[in-house]
Amino acid sequence: MSNSAAPSYNFAYLDEQTKRMIRRALLKAVAIPGYQVPFASREMPMPYGWGTGGIQVTAAVIGPDDCLKVIDQGSDDTTNAVSIRKFFAKVGDIETTEETERATVIQTRHRIPETELTEDQILVYQVPIPEPLRFLEPKETETRKMHALEEYGLMHVKLYEDISQHGEIATTYAYPVKVDGRYVMDPSPTPKFDNPKMNNMAALQLFGAGREKRIYAIPPYTEVVSLDFDDHPFSIQKWDEPCALCGTRDSFLDEVILDDQGGRMFVCSDSHHCAKRQAEGHRGALSADPALETEEVAP
Amino acid sequence: MYVAVKGGEKAIDNAHKYLAEERRGATDVAELSLSQISEQLSHAVSRVMAEGSLYDKDLAALAIKQARGDLIEAIFLIRAYRTTLPRFGYSAPLDTSEMDLDRRISATFKDLPGGQVLGPTFDYTHRLLDFALAAEGLEPQKAEAAEAPLDEEVPRVLELLNAEGLIEQSAPADYDDTAPVGDLTREPLEFPADRDLRLQNLARGDEGFILALGYSTQRGYARNHAFVGEVRLGDVTVEVIPEELGFAIEIGDITITECETVNQFQGSKTAPAQFTRGYGLAFGHSERKVISMALVDRALRCHELGEDQVAPVQDDEFVLSHSDNIQATGFVEHIKLPHYVDFQSELELVRRLRRNAEDNIREAAE
Repeated sequence: MSNSAAPSYNFAYLDEQTKRMIRRALLKAVAIPGYQVPFASREMPMPYGWGTGGIQVTAAVIGPDDCLKVIDQGSDDTTNAVSIRKFFAKVGDIETTEETERATVIQTRHRIPETELTEDQILVYQVPIPEPLRFLEPKETETRKMHALEEYGLMHVKLYEDISQHGEIATTYAYPVKVDGRYVMDPSPTPKFDNPKMNNMAALQLFGAGREKRIYAIPPYTEVVSLDFDDHPFSIQKWDEPCALCGTRDSFLDEVILDDQGGRMFVCSDSHHCAKRQAEGHRGALSADPALETEEVAP
Repeated sequence: MYVAVKGGEKAIDNAHKYLAEERRGATDVAELSLSQISEQLSHAVSRVMAEGSLYDKDLAALAIKQARGDLIEAIFLIRAYRTTLPRFGYSAPLDTSEMDLDRRISATFKDLPGGQVLGPTFDYTHRLLDFALAAEGLEPQKAEAAEAPLDEEVPRVLELLNAEGLIEQSAPADYDDTAPVGDLTREPLEFPADRDLRLQNLARGDEGFILALGYSTQRGYARNHAFVGEVRLGDVTVEVIPEELGFAIEIGDITITECETVNQFQGSKTAPAQFTRGYGLAFGHSERKVISMALVDRALRCHELGEDQVAPVQDDEFVLSHSDNIQATGFVEHIKLPHYVDFQSELELVRRLRRNAEDNIREAAE
């Protein structure tokens, strides 16, 4: 409790009893990769849907020596990422950063950083609906049984129906994965572009769903396989053009509308990755510094 | 040239200042005091205390002021505060027959021990705007006191029926009243949920949601025709039994509203017919809430009473998962947060699917 501005709250807001309860759930989650562990989620001072699950998980694992990065849509400067970062700075005097490499705990909504994570890092996901089977069967009592019996036929039928209707699997985010050969898991609404990064990741991946009161985890170096069919293998999104700012072709791009004449550009969703590449001298078609050569030109 | 948007932090700080200004409104109008809110907007205070699950009129008034009268936002403020408080025990069960009554009505008997007491009710007001109220400073007429005080103890209507065996017992014969009571604020709700947790959930649940579900039973979705055995409003004393003392001590009085319904009877060749029960209770004066709650409570008892589950109101997972307005408003409203990445993924897919389809159509035409 080093912050004099908020002396009445415990370090990282949650009381130690609650942190212990969450850590127990986390330990169980790590022991059974991909399994959804119910936990007594608390009411937080920000709304459900704003990352209360991720915030509780972060609060339970973070210590005074940690350095926190928070991203939303891949960016550190998205309003809710700013707000969560401010919250932890206020209730724990926790050091924050935008540098992916420097952070020991990274809380995210909807993206996995482009920079490869290490064994010294924890990635905390904010999860809205933890149950991958929810939209096939809304009843929790049923889906828990389906997980227990490893009865995932319904999910394959859904993916097959996509193919018969659209010619391909029409799920682009929250794309279901199988963890450690056992549990089918919702990777949270990250784009399927990020699914391959989850496989054998060196960092510990923790998932918190506050409103739904569930925690799950993927331990480091765990096999994570995106569901698919032999004749319709899993594939990730591709763009026709590179990032307009840093010129990369390997990262997830956001579309920015420039005018009402159909003008648009594509830029990295991972703002730190993009800024770092630009600092290293990489340039795209619409870079801020026109004096430098563009690495690639948009078609 | 394009520069990525920065400045989220500054925007947030400014938005908060703007919000505070809007909350205050025109500064030539006197600021609301908390006592004005708690004294003159008492139904709003009741609702915030009931759904916020915290009995504190001053804090509820503060929350209403801070939330600019948005009651769900006020409930949220109270919930977020409540969760930081230590929980030091359970109270002893309230005895509402010893309630200091402000109001007590029964729809099942014309007269009964303790009598019908109308109390402060909108029920028979004509809903005509009272323009005299717009002119401030008028003193309301004083209500006349009854000639004789009310009885100290007023028996509950359903217990009068129970004495004759006409209604089921309030707790099943095998009920263990020493068993711990569930608390969904401390343990995640799992299904099927027992009645203690169901009632706790309904008591905190959104008044509008519970009202609509109760209404649906009356319109034939799992009809369980209910008579209001009674509604009572008044003050009760809360007692706790500290372990180290072993006897009850009073910790304060609270105002509550309670409703007990007498519902459709059950019976068979072997068991004589008996009415069934529904129950509702809330902090403050919250009549609409407790009557609705009793209807929904009764509907949720379908399995225990051997009835077919045919409507949403009987489905505990459906009702209890969607009754909490803080959870609901959070998740419904969160779709205004950025979803650029997921939307970009869908855009990419739909563009590609359309391109493929157009190629197919062209090929077929050639």
